[in-house]
Order: sequence, then C-alpha cells, then structure tokens
Amino acid sequence: MAFEPVLTKGIGELDLADIEVYESQGGYQALRKALKEMTPAQVLEEVKASGLRGRGGAGFPTGMKWGFLPNDGRPRYLCCNADESEPGTFNNKMLIEYNPHLLIEGILLAAYATNCAQSFVYIRGEFKRGYDVLTRALAQARAKGYVGEKILGSDFTQNITVHRGAGAYICGEETGLLSSLEGGRGEPRLKPPFPAVSGLYGCPTIINNVETLCNVRFIVERGASWFKSIGTEKSPGTKIFSVSGKVRRPGNYELPLGVTLRELIEEHAGGLLPGSTLKAVQPGGASSPVLLPDKLDIPLDFDSVPANGSILGTAGVIVFDQTVCMVRTALYYADFFSHESCGQCTPCREGTAWAARVLRRIESGQGTRHDLEVLRSLKGTMSGTTICLLSDFSITFLQSVLNHFAHEFEAHVSGKACLAAREVRSA
Amino acid sequence: MSRPEWVTSRAGEIEEIFARYPRKKSAIMPLLHLAQEVRGHIADEDVAAIAELLSTTPSYVESVCSFYSLFHREPVGKYVITVCGNISCGLSGAEELTRYLERKLGIKAGETTPDGLITLLVTGECIAACDGAPALQVNLEYCGNVDQERADAIIEAIRKGEDPKAIADRFAISPKKAG
Repeated sequence: MAFEPVLTKGIGELDLADIEVYESQGGYQALRKALKEMTPAQVLEEVKASGLRGRGGAGFPTGMKWGFLPNDGRPRYLCCNADESEPGTFNNKMLIEYNPHLLIEGILLAAYATNCAQSFVYIRGEFKRGYDVLTRALAQARAKGYVGEKILGSDFTQNITVHRGAGAYICGEETGLLSSLEGGRGEPRLKPPFPAVSGLYGCPTIINNVETLCNVRFIVERGASWFKSIGTEKSPGTKIFSVSGKVRRPGNYELPLGVTLRELIEEHAGGLLPGSTLKAVQPGGASSPVLLPDKLDIPLDFDSVPANGSILGTAGVIVFDQTVCMVRTALYYADFFSHESCGQCTPCREGTAWAARVLRRIESGQGTRHDLEVLRSLKGTMSGTTICLLSDFSITFLQSVLNHFAHEFEAHVSGKACLAAREVRSA
Repeated sequence: MSRPEWVTSRAGEIEEIFARYPRKKSAIMPLLHLAQEVRGHIADEDVAAIAELLSTTPSYVESVCSFYSLFHREPVGKYVITVCGNISCGLSGAEELTRYLERKLGIKAGETTPDGLITLLVTGECIAACDGAPALQVNLEYCGNVDQERADAIIEAIRKGEDPKAIADRFAISPKKAG
C-alpha cells in the first residue's frame, strides 16, 4: 500500500498558505469539530491516546506534557518552538512557509485542550519569509473568525502572537526561549521548576515544536486509532526527515516512523552522489552520534535509534561519504557550539572554546597525542555540569568519531595527514 | 542624543507591538527589529529610545541586543549576504563559495564594500536550508544551490538594485516529494 503523506500533503502543488485553499482541503474542520462536539478534556484525551511524541528532539509524549499543567488559577500559555536551528534540520521552515494554517489550527486545538490564555510562536530571526507568511495567514484566520474572541461562536478565545528571534541557537532550548520571549538574553534556566509549572512570566506553560502541533489537526479529525495505525507501536505517526549531505536529492521526506535508514537514503533521497560510498550518517542533527554503514537497516524511531547507539533527535539526517574528514566535521560543530554557548556556565563557555582550539590544532597537523587525550576527557568535565544540555550535546558527535574514526585522528596527529583528503584526490 | 524619528512616525505600530504581550518588556526584540528595519542597524539613539519606551536602562537594552547576532550595532551594507557556514553547506562547497565572493567583491567576510552596497558575512549557524546547500541569504531571503554562476547572477541583481525577495524567488529551494 502506497503511503500517503499527512503533514506535507499538497505542498508544492497547492497554495496552502491561502486560507481558502487550506479550507478546501478540509482545513479548520478539526477546529470546528473540537469546538462544537468536544470538551477540552476530550481533545486532551484523544492526543494522549494517540501516543504522539514531541518532534523537536526529545520525543516526550505530547499529551502527557499537556497534562502536567497545574490547575491553580494562574493564566496558562502555549509557546510554539519555531526556532529551528539544529544543524541539518529544515522541516519546520517548510511547514511554516508552505502550510502555515496547519500550524495555526494545531496551536488553536492545543490551546483549547489545555485552556491556555494566549499562544506565542517563537520563530527564528532568519525565517523572515516564514514570519511574513505566518503573519499573513494569521490575519486571514482572524478575519474568518478562527483566531480572536469567541472563536466560531464558542466561548473559546485565543490570540496568537508571532515573536521573531534574532540569531541565537540557544533560544531553541525551551527555557532559553522563555527568557528571550520575556525580553531578556536567551539564557536557559535551571530545571526544575519545569515550564509546565513555572514557564512564561512564571506561569504554567507548554512548549511544543512546530511539527508536533501540526499533527494535532489530524488526530482530532481522524482519531487516535488512525494515528496509531501509522508508524510503530511506541513511535506512532509520520515524521518529516530532513536529509542532507552527500545524497542526490537532499530534501524533506515525510514517512512513517520506523522507516529504515536505507529506504530513506536510497529510495527517497535518491541514494548517494555518483562516486560516493557511504562512510557514516548522523540521524538526528549536530549532536547525534554517528551511525556506521552496518546500521543502514535499523528503523528510524524514537527507541530503535538509541538502541543502536545514537538518537533520532530532530531527524535531521546528515550523510557523509569517503571524502568527508571526520576531524574537520568535528571542528565545524566545535566552532558552532562554541559560538552558540550562551556563556553562563564555565564548563560550556570554556570547554566548547577549548575543544574548538584543540581540534583546529589537530586538523592543521599541529596536534599531539595529548590533545587526543584532552578531547576524550571532555565527557567527564562537560557532561552533566551545566544548566542546559548544550554542553553535553556539544561533545556527543566528537566522542563518537573519536571512537569510530580514531585512525583519522591518529593520522592527523602522527602522520600529519588527512586520510579523507586522499579520497578526494583519488575520486 | 536626538530622538529617532521612528518613535513618532511608527507610533501606531509601536502601540500594536505592546498590545501583543501581557508584559511590556517582551516588546524589546520587536522594537529592536523595528529600529533596525528603519536604519539598517541599531544606533545608540535607538537603544536609548527603546529603553525609554520600556522604562528601563540603555545598558539593559544593550545587554539584550548584544546577545543576538542578527542585530547590527554598526552600519552594514544596503544588502547583507550571509553564507551558511555549517555542516551541510560546508560539505557542498560553502568555503569555496565564500572565497569566491570575497574575490569577486574585493572584501573579506565581515567587511562591507567601499560603496556601502554589500556586507559579506559567514554564519556558523545552520540556516535550515540544507536541501539547497550551499545556501546563502540576501537580507534574510534564501537563495539555494549557489554555485559560481548563481553567485554572479545574485551580485549582478544586487548591483541593479533588485529587491532581495525577487532575487530569492529566482533561486528558491523547492520542496521535494518522497519516493
């Protein structure tokens, strides 16, 4: 049976950013159904029953997250995390630019289910086009009575504020996002308290990724059992995999969770570039440990990938061939994390900068054996020692390539040679 | 320090920005974006004006502004070209593209052409355009699969004074279908 995409259906064929086109595809019918036929608790139960897990990286059950909000009279807020910045990940950008009403409908349903007073979309500053598209879509939705006071004649009122970031990876971390949205530097906060208890302006807050919220319309429309019929038992639904690197057709591919890495790369992303042989894959963004070619047949879901030594993360799948130097790649990430460290915690601020310096030395042929020992020791000093996980995640890829590609690091240090560069010359 | 004209000429928009948030301080980033949209960068008098609007200090506004890399405190070119310098673009020739642009424009990354037209930047942040690697932005509008030929066309369009949106539409990254 051919698989039919859900979230991306119509993208590239229809102008779904136009509200009339979106409505002609059944858009806003789930909202209508929820407001007319379902209580907020019923919507929440449906999402819980669907088993939907957060698409932003952690895979936490969405319905359970919604259920954590205390009922103590304080206003509740919903924040959509559209600060998509994880290297190799670009599906939120597509959803916002090409299917903004799906996101708006998802936000409205989530806010209804959880009785939120107001919703915010924190969109990264680089997504200027996305901001314009979403702002226009919101104006259309407001004009049609889907957003604002007493939506569709019900008692449900919801305003959605789109808030532009301005270039800071750390604002994708949920408490960094909150600090930024409150009008401060985007510095993460200690957890607990978790945002569900004390989030935006100290009030109970839900933070969900764009893709997560886009799923909600279909769960309300077609039911939890339909949703569970796609994907795997513990990772139901579809996932938009962003594939990039040394493949013929880099792009976003929406497929059932549990699709194999091989099918994703070979069938959908068109296979490797001519002359390329597969060296390694990162299945979930910059911080995911590498998978070697012997793992091509593993299913891509929230549990199978960790069982095979990596993480599904954001499902930003980055494909490396024989010409890619793992030392250079580790340096790319080290420079990135060093620049993006917010600087609050010493192990992260100093550690990411030192890692970059040591890697630059090794990459340029000036490194020593001791440098390799220093890099290996970072796990002890940079993991579990900081407010947020940027520090931990800054070294997971590095540790994995130090293990799997030790010979490349050795060659840079002792033979003063880059093994991958030889492959480039012979290619 | 003189009051920037946008405080009065855009008063309605400022009011609308404040209305979006339950608390005033949240308006700081939208106001910084507004000031930069008007002037091209954020000047000391903009910082002072935003502090006054928010009943806070200029040093607080400065502390927030300096956290975010898209806010420019110094003048930049009319067009800002930002080349993505993260992994997927790096694997597809972003470093060569940057060197090519540097040679073509006669400036180094981080600099502005003497006529004030173009600032060339390289960002370490992934700009989420890996399906069009190597990618760059012209005033935050995306151009994908930028080889030398496309780079030439983009620079030519800029020199003709074309709108960044129109330039980006010609070099857009189209979504692909699975299977």
